Amino acid sequence: MNTPKNYRWRKFVDQVMRGSTVVATGCAVIPLIAIIGYVLTLGASALSVQFFSDVYQPPNMAQAATDGTAPAFDPNDPFAGIGVPTDGTAPVDGAAPTSDVYAGGPVGGVLHGIIGTLIITGMGLLFALPIGIFAGIYLSEYRNERYATMVRFCCDVLSGSPSIVAGVVIYILVVIRTHEFSAIAGSLALMILMIPIVTRTTEEMLKLVPESMREAARGLGAPTWYSTFTVIIPAALPGIVTGVMLAFARGAGETAPLILTVLGSNVITTNLFAPMASLPLLAYRYTESPYPGENTLAWGAAFVLMMLVLCMNILVRVATRRRAGASR
Amino acid sequence: MTMRSAMTLSRSIGFADLVGARTRTRPLTDSVSAKIEVRNFSFFYGDFKAINRVSMDIPANRVTAIIGPSGCGKSTLLRAINRMHDATHGARAEGEMRFDGVNVYDPVVDSVLLRRRVGMVFQRPNPFQLTIFDNVAYGLRVNGLRDKKLIAQKVEVSLKRAALWDEVKDRLFKSLGTALSGGQQQRLCIARAIASDPEVILMDEPCSALDPIASLKIEDLIDDLRNQFTIVIVTHNMQQAARVSDVTAFMLMNRSTRAGELIELGHTDKMFTAPSDQRTEDYISGQFG
Repeated sequence: MNTPKNYRWRKFVDQVMRGSTVVATGCAVIPLIAIIGYVLTLGASALSVQFFSDVYQPPNMAQAATDGTAPAFDPNDPFAGIGVPTDGTAPVDGAAPTSDVYAGGPVGGVLHGIIGTLIITGMGLLFALPIGIFAGIYLSEYRNERYATMVRFCCDVLSGSPSIVAGVVIYILVVIRTHEFSAIAGSLALMILMIPIVTRTTEEMLKLVPESMREAARGLGAPTWYSTFTVIIPAALPGIVTGVMLAFARGAGETAPLILTVLGSNVITTNLFAPMASLPLLAYRYTESPYPGENTLAWGAAFVLMMLVLCMNILVRVATRRRAGASR
Repeated sequence: MTMRSAMTLSRSIGFADLVGARTRTRPLTDSVSAKIEVRNFSFFYGDFKAINRVSMDIPANRVTAIIGPSGCGKSTLLRAINRMHDATHGARAEGEMRFDGVNVYDPVVDSVLLRRRVGMVFQRPNPFQLTIFDNVAYGLRVNGLRDKKLIAQKVEVSLKRAALWDEVKDRLFKSLGTALSGGQQQRLCIARAIASDPEVILMDEPCSALDPIASLKIEDLIDDLRNQFTIVIVTHNMQQAARVSDVTAFMLMNRSTRAGELIELGHTDKMFTAPSDQRTEDYISGQFG
């Protein structure tokens, strides 16, 4: 058989192209694997029962407690841990670094952060879901082209804009007016970030449902709202849920807007109108901390955050798959 | 136009039949009263005229086939009967499309109520991603039927009429409608269309996506349904039109205006043996299109 004149050259080019795509893919995956590996190894070492069951422990109080020089940290004591013992004894500020806080052993836990993240993100999602899903339905099922193009453009700009912007807006609109950092302000900021994600995924997923479904329902005398809720949304549900999960993950990981809105807290609070702790805020504060023990906690917080998003993802996917694919 | 105002208006005009409560009169005798009268009917997509001044009667409780080459406007005409074009931007009609004497393009006619009396079967089977039962029950529930026993009963009757009952009775609630084979899906769609007792069933090339055996089953089904429903079927397949229909309409696109026109309408036997128009003869004998 005759081989074409440039056969070897073509084969060579093909191999070079294939090789470069493989290398590029590898380069793209390396940072991802590095991040996951780092968080897994360093974060897992911070895990303990205390990590999940305890709240913030001030390092100097914790040290004093291990030294036996001071009573254990009292979360109800407003001055606890700021170096002003209420019993009138000398401040422990200058105490010698002997406990394992300074050696890198973790102190306290992040339970308050886990609870705070769930509350703030969950509430943000609760606000964003109806707005985002209904807006998505409008864009896909009822649209008026000029208005829809405008809304779509705004959504894209909003989902691409830095998250601190949402924080600043809520800071000015809510925090300054109420004279209080609060969990609800944080939820509102996260809502602003979640709405465009939910809207656009809902729209795209609804558009994927074939036009013939809408025709079939229309042919049976179903009004648009009826067919949308009985046929179109169920068919698009797995996709919509993926969008909601993306929004949850985005919200759960946001730090910048929370700094300006919920501020953070060292204790478990469920008061929506007061500052609250959250995992990304803890990770941020603990990373900045001079105490190695708290640095370890930061890794732990990052690890828990990742696991939280992962578990939610898996749970919801399993749940929707069971519903959507009754028996196919 | 809201439903309520449509209903009050209709009373005064006197066709509560199409807009409000249903009163069914389906002559069982061999009468040939027209169920649908098309009068000088033209249809436009924006500036483009797709159908030009079609006039024809569609007899009650008969099968009427509309044949013609691609682009002659036969699907447009069929879909115009239950206003499926309402959602299409720029689509509009001129002339009259009378259903039981009422022009369906009259502004007081509610398209949703109209479609509850005019069922439709599409070219490609389009069952919902619901269970087989829910697919058939869909039209009933749209109509506001809540009685579970009655729904179950009607679903069974419809599936039996659509000759699908024996194949699916064991998995009504287990299988999705989309999990059936193509031919079964189309019969499911027919069962879905007849479940809510429409008076007219429009079929837009119902067999074009099916294999010959599945097509034959659909044809048998049409034959079974012919005495209970007014059926209008658009088909590319002339043998099929000859086999299933009582009346045949032949449409052709006008070369100069590119609008579809009705060339000939008549009893199927006569159309296929002794057409009166040369163009019909050319098409039927395969010398055209």
